Amino acid sequence: MARHGGLRRIGLFEIFNTLLMLAVCFLTLYPMWFVLVNSLNSPEQASLGTVNWFPSELSLASYSVAFNDKTLMNGFYITTMRTVIGTVVHVLFTAIIAYGISKTNLIGRKLYLKISLITMLFSGGLIPSFILMTKLGLYDSFWVFIIPSMYTFFNMVIFMSFFRTIPDSLEESAKVDGASDYGVLFRIVLPNSMAVIATIALFSAVYHWNDYYQGVIYIHSQELLPLQTMLYKIIAENSMSFMQQQAMAQFGARLPGNSIKFASMMVATLPILIFYPFIQRYLVKGVMIGAIKG
Amino acid sequence: MFHTRTGQMKALLRQWQLQSMVIPGILWMFIFCYIPMLWLIIAFMDFSIAKPMLESPFVGLKHFRDFLTDDRFWRSIRNTLGMSSIKLVLGFPIPILFALLLNEIRSLRFKRTVQTISYLPHFIAWTIFGGIALNWLGEGGVINQLMMALGLQDRDILFNSEPQYFWWITFFTDTLKETGWSAIIYIAAIAGIDPGLYEAAELDGANRWQRMWHITVQSIRPTIAILFILAVSGILGSNFEQIFMLKNNMNMKMAESLDLYIYNMGLVSGRHSFSTAVLFARSIVALGLLLLANQSSKKLTGDSIF
Repeated sequence: MARHGGLRRIGLFEIFNTLLMLAVCFLTLYPMWFVLVNSLNSPEQASLGTVNWFPSELSLASYSVAFNDKTLMNGFYITTMRTVIGTVVHVLFTAIIAYGISKTNLIGRKLYLKISLITMLFSGGLIPSFILMTKLGLYDSFWVFIIPSMYTFFNMVIFMSFFRTIPDSLEESAKVDGASDYGVLFRIVLPNSMAVIATIALFSAVYHWNDYYQGVIYIHSQELLPLQTMLYKIIAENSMSFMQQQAMAQFGARLPGNSIKFASMMVATLPILIFYPFIQRYLVKGVMIGAIKG
Repeated sequence: MFHTRTGQMKALLRQWQLQSMVIPGILWMFIFCYIPMLWLIIAFMDFSIAKPMLESPFVGLKHFRDFLTDDRFWRSIRNTLGMSSIKLVLGFPIPILFALLLNEIRSLRFKRTVQTISYLPHFIAWTIFGGIALNWLGEGGVINQLMMALGLQDRDILFNSEPQYFWWITFFTDTLKETGWSAIIYIAAIAGIDPGLYEAAELDGANRWQRMWHITVQSIRPTIAILFILAVSGILGSNFEQIFMLKNNMNMKMAESLDLYIYNMGLVSGRHSFSTAVLFARSIVALGLLLLANQSSKKLTGDSIF
């Protein structure tokens, strides 16, 4: 920090504080490292449960079981599909509404805003929503991942306030050239809003990737289960998946469940870990915008 | 602006494109937000999902009486308040402390690196994070090995099967996962403080702790107040994704929060009306809590949400 003299003595506090911050980093990273090490260990080693800093016997056996498991890979497919479709639909739907409401000459604007604000303050909650999904035929349908999360008031407001910062002159000149409202939105406004689109798309994508709860509540068929819901069943309910049964047959009586569990956890987390360094600044930006609005 | 109804109609037609952007959204809100709100009315009925809505008989406050005399309901209230109180009393200051200490780090690069690493776990799913926690707390897990190495216990304890540990498990896992992320907002508030204030204080001979308390903490007080209001008003809520992951049949008597009770009664046992009555009552109390927290914060600190 500029306010500290550069040549000031490094005191006890600085040393203690630096160590504390290093401890925070260790506590944060170690759980993921633990999963990685155990997933790379041979199944026999991992089932011993000893704590290692590095794999004692490097083996990709667990990953090959995980990647050859049809059920798990189907979950991976469902999760990928809902992440891609869910994110695109959410961003488009929310941005279009936000653009409409951002126009002050929109007739009924105040009413529209009130209607959407109330949705943030009150909600029906779990049971009425469950009944609604059942009645709409969304229970046990892929679209239950997409349609109910198409819109949030919060993201609409973020879009709206960003659109307001785009100079009117840009839109006016396109209007003079004969562009319609949709033309202006898609050719002028959205291309100039890439930063906010990236932020909201990333939040939506992370939500879709990590969510397991919708799958627990609304999905019955095995072939529609997202990856995270499968992991929930494998880890928390300790249900034997096809994968584990197969692995048991392969490795005999020694239950190699642990390392395969860890390999599946790694598969489910890798996309987040790989993209994280690149996307984290957008995610922080999102919180900032949200905090100022809220 | 428009003197006649037809004038207004014409204006509306002229902006049909803008209207067509907004109206689908309004329809969506009616279906996915307002209809569920209307259906809270089944709290007063004996609703059956197989029949049309209006054919179910009205039963008045029967379900409210039922849950108020259910011991399991009161147990879930106790669990919710227990977990929320630990989170509020011990957990609320942690991100503030973290932000304050991080702010004292001189190297900008180290500070950024720590910050970036600290909010990584927020983006890891609860299935993964909970899975790690269950493994560590289990037989021969990291926690047991650590405790035995330190001589604090002489045999394995199945932490997650013994109910008395559950509240603390939720507290520690939540702290580990969310501290960095919750601190962002305080870090941003601290970054907005005028550096001149620190220089002036330093000239006046204020030491590190005095500067931290009188400048940093006082400057971010409004942020703290607002987040505290939100935390207090959320006291009847719980982190469902976390609890759902960590609960099991052995620890259920300490793990069943109000959210989980509503889920168990409504979706596992199929008592839709009964659960909706609980939901209904909770929404009203939660709204009251929000207003109360807001009022007391206004009185005590002068800062409030509305």
